[in-house]
Amino acid sequence: MFEIVSKEMLTPAICRMKVHAPRLAASAQPGQFLIVRPNEHGERIPLTISDYDRDNGTVTIVTQKIGASTSAICSFEAGDAFSDVVGPLGVPSEFTEKSDGELAGQRYIFIAGGVGTAPVYPQVKYLHSKGVPVDVIIGAKNAGLLIYKEEMASVCDHLYICTDDGSEGFKGMVTGLLEKLVLEDGNRYTQAVAIGPMIMMKFATLTARKLGLPIIVSLNTLMVDGTGMCGACRVTVGGKTRFACVEGPEFDGYEVDFDEAMRRQGMYRSQEHDAEERYEHKCKIGRGR
Amino acid sequence: MANRIPRVPVREQDPKIRATNFDEVCFGYDAREAVLEAGRCLHCKNPRCVSACPVSISIPEFIAHVATGDFSGAASVIARDSSLPAICGRVCPQETQCEGSCILGVKGEPVAIGKLERFVADWNMENGGHKAEKAPSNGYKVAVVGSGPSGLACASDLAKMGYDVTVFEALHKAGGVLEYGIPEFRLPKEKVVASEIGAVKALGVRIETDVVVGRTVTVDSLLDEEGYSAVFIGSGAGLPRFMGIPGENLNGVFSANEFLTRNNLMKAYRDDYMTPVYTGHKVVVVGGGNVAMDAARTALRLGAETTIVYRRTEKELPARREEVHHAMEEGITFSMLTNPVEILGDEKGWVRGIRCIKMELGEPDESGRRSPVPVQGSEFDIEADSVIMALGTSPNPLIARTTKGLETNRRGCITADANGATSRPGVFAGGDAVTGAATVILAMGAGRKAAAAIDRYIKGTVADTVVGK
Ligand SMILES: Cc1cc2nc3c(=O)[nH]c(=O)nc-3n(C[C@H](O)[C@H](O)[C@H](O)COP(=O)(O)OP(=O)(O)OC[C@H]3O[C@@H](n4cnc5c(N)ncnc54)[C@H](O)[C@@H]3O)c2cc1C
Ligand SMILES: Cc1cc2nc3c(=O)[nH]c(=O)nc-3n(C[C@H](O)[C@H](O)[C@H](O)COP(=O)(O)OP(=O)(O)OC[C@H]3O[C@@H](n4cnc5c(N)ncnc54)[C@H](O)[C@@H]3O)c2cc1C
Ligand code: SF4
Ligand code: FES
Repeated sequence: MFEIVSKEMLTPAICRMKVHAPRLAASAQPGQFLIVRPNEHGERIPLTISDYDRDNGTVTIVTQKIGASTSAICSFEAGDAFSDVVGPLGVPSEFTEKSDGELAGQRYIFIAGGVGTAPVYPQVKYLHSKGVPVDVIIGAKNAGLLIYKEEMASVCDHLYICTDDGSEGFKGMVTGLLEKLVLEDGNRYTQAVAIGPMIMMKFATLTARKLGLPIIVSLNTLMVDGTGMCGACRVTVGGKTRFACVEGPEFDGYEVDFDEAMRRQGMYRSQEHDAEERYEHKCKIGRGR
Repeated sequence: MANRIPRVPVREQDPKIRATNFDEVCFGYDAREAVLEAGRCLHCKNPRCVSACPVSISIPEFIAHVATGDFSGAASVIARDSSLPAICGRVCPQETQCEGSCILGVKGEPVAIGKLERFVADWNMENGGHKAEKAPSNGYKVAVVGSGPSGLACASDLAKMGYDVTVFEALHKAGGVLEYGIPEFRLPKEKVVASEIGAVKALGVRIETDVVVGRTVTVDSLLDEEGYSAVFIGSGAGLPRFMGIPGENLNGVFSANEFLTRNNLMKAYRDDYMTPVYTGHKVVVVGGGNVAMDAARTALRLGAETTIVYRRTEKELPARREEVHHAMEEGITFSMLTNPVEILGDEKGWVRGIRCIKMELGEPDESGRRSPVPVQGSEFDIEADSVIMALGTSPNPLIARTTKGLETNRRGCITADANGATSRPGVFAGGDAVTGAATVILAMGAGRKAAAAIDRYIKGTVADTVVGK
């Protein structure tokens, strides 16, 4: 069992938890994820490691309620425990392999969308600690849905906010803001990293390509085991089938077949809807196939 | 060498009824039937069954105990050579091993050795008969990676010798393929798998789930930082293969591992579990091994019309004969000498069918097997809304990639000698991780051999240099 040490709601639909998982905390790296199985009857849910504290043996996860299982996770309180937390899974971000010399002269721009802001945080923090200049764009539908503003501001050089409705920061999409930063304000970046909804990463990639900027994306595919055993997470990257859980989750954005990835992500949509209803009504109605 | 008593038939669920549930197909013998069947054994001087058993169980000896009603005695005979008899009695390919060589099979039906083994093991579990002894600790720690049959067998032998054994398992539940791959209707999870694992734990073996070796910890950190004197790698061959044909990433195409894991490990077939599974109405399963049979019979039980597509003929099907027979009884269609060339999709990216080509058996190759060759121009389409690929698996490269000095071969299998010793001193390996996908009994045998080798290694080398911790 893995005890939840603390919990807070960042927005009505997004919660942050610190979970006691000492082996995981000891080996976690930026870019990696873990899998939570909340209880005996639960699904295995992949979540990015949003921070880790090796001394206290905890990892931080930030979960957005979008369906039955994420709602179940967010219903746990401090003092409760998850049946299973396993990780770190996936390959650490490319820059963790780079020497200080290789990182010198680099300048990163992170593009974070919605709950994807939390996974960006450990990466920015890591680069900042290495003295690499990092700017961050956080985008959300409206001001009420923005998360991690203070945390991010403390580890990056410039924080830019944008909202679809203009209730805070730049009015518009992250892609519009990225274009503005590069084309109008004359910022020069060597690498972009986008984490957020698949559709956002697709358009961020299109924009980055237009700007001649290399871009890494973190693919939140469907997953089951997360260890390379099932292929539920397969994506086409550079024309080849890759397993996101073991070869990713981060890939070169230019190479990713986003349309296929989005289609595959929706594979269980109608069934998940049933599962959510069952969860809400706490009854066992038959499941359509 | 005729035997006048016919083989005692085993009771099974009616095919029509069992096609709609996940309860075990075969009921097994009761005591009366077991004694009767045991009476058929001729107790050969040079028993061919024993030489055909990969772990050389003293078959006539245990059968003699069954014949006299001494079931506990029979269990202790089997326990000398097998640590998972209730499982092997259910899933071993007896027709190519013990029963395939039984002298009675020459003119008639062989002794039902598998069903007798199963009876003895089940009886023993229910009646608390023969139990292995827990040995006093010798102070040495050994780590086992993976809780499949090879890891469990290795762990229990080491524990019996007094080692302090911890099994590290990546998934949330122990058992390997026994838990995530082989379905409930063939191998009940609570009654059989959990009980056998319980017996291993009763020997003092600790099982730590949710630990991915190579990520959470490494073989090196176990040896260098956590004080383990040796490591056994029984990580299996879990990486699913795809064919590389167009359409394989369409919605509705799954590896058998995914389909089976959702159902077995995650219990998607039960409404009280959250994990979804998509089955479709018309399922095509590609392959001819146990994995293909299991996937097809699971899909059938979830309500789908199911077809197995296999590129050779019925004679070459690598699955256990009993499973093929059961699958046919349950109403699965077999399309032999058929090979997929493309999976067809609709405008939304979902499977709508599978294009296949007819095959014929060509000239025998070097190995003597006649390999299938496509018949030009014989393409045809099968309607399907789901396709399950059961084409075999290979070892996951994670451990080899993250362990210094561990050699693998061309197929990604860890290189190990007959005793499981790898290229790295103190690191042993066995089971599917070394052989590629094989069988439960071979994995178990490899785990036991490695346990003996680990004992020799620690007594011979580590014990001289390291003072027991
Ligand atoms: C490597 C990785 C890292 C992730 N990190 C985080 C994280 O840090 N925080 C977080 O909140 N979520 C994260 N996710 C996404 C999270 O795993 C999914 O939101 C969750 O599995 C949905 O489960 P559910 O039962 O609540 O919703 P479901 O009922 O399964 O899904 C609800 C709706 O969302 C869609 N959906 C399903 N899975 C995903 C997915 N993976 N991504 C987007 N949409 C999906 C479904 O098609 C459906 O329409 C990550 C996913 C991956 C693979
Ligand atoms: C669907 C199916 C049906 C089968 N039917 C039969 C049958 O009827 N008869 C028969 O004899 N054989 C059958 N087999 C084959 C048989 O199950 C295997 O040969 C056998 O289980 C191999 O045992 P193993 O211990 O080597 O590995 P596995 O049983 O594969 O166990 C390996 C374990 O190691 C874990 N692991 C892997 N990597 C790591 C890591 N990095 N860290 C920690 N843990 C890790 C895995 O999660 C797994 O639990 C079947 C296989 C399948 C898939
Ligand atoms: S070969 Fe058959 S008859 Fe002979 S000992 Fe073995 S089981 Fe008995
Ligand atoms: S999630 Fe199963 S292989 Fe990636």
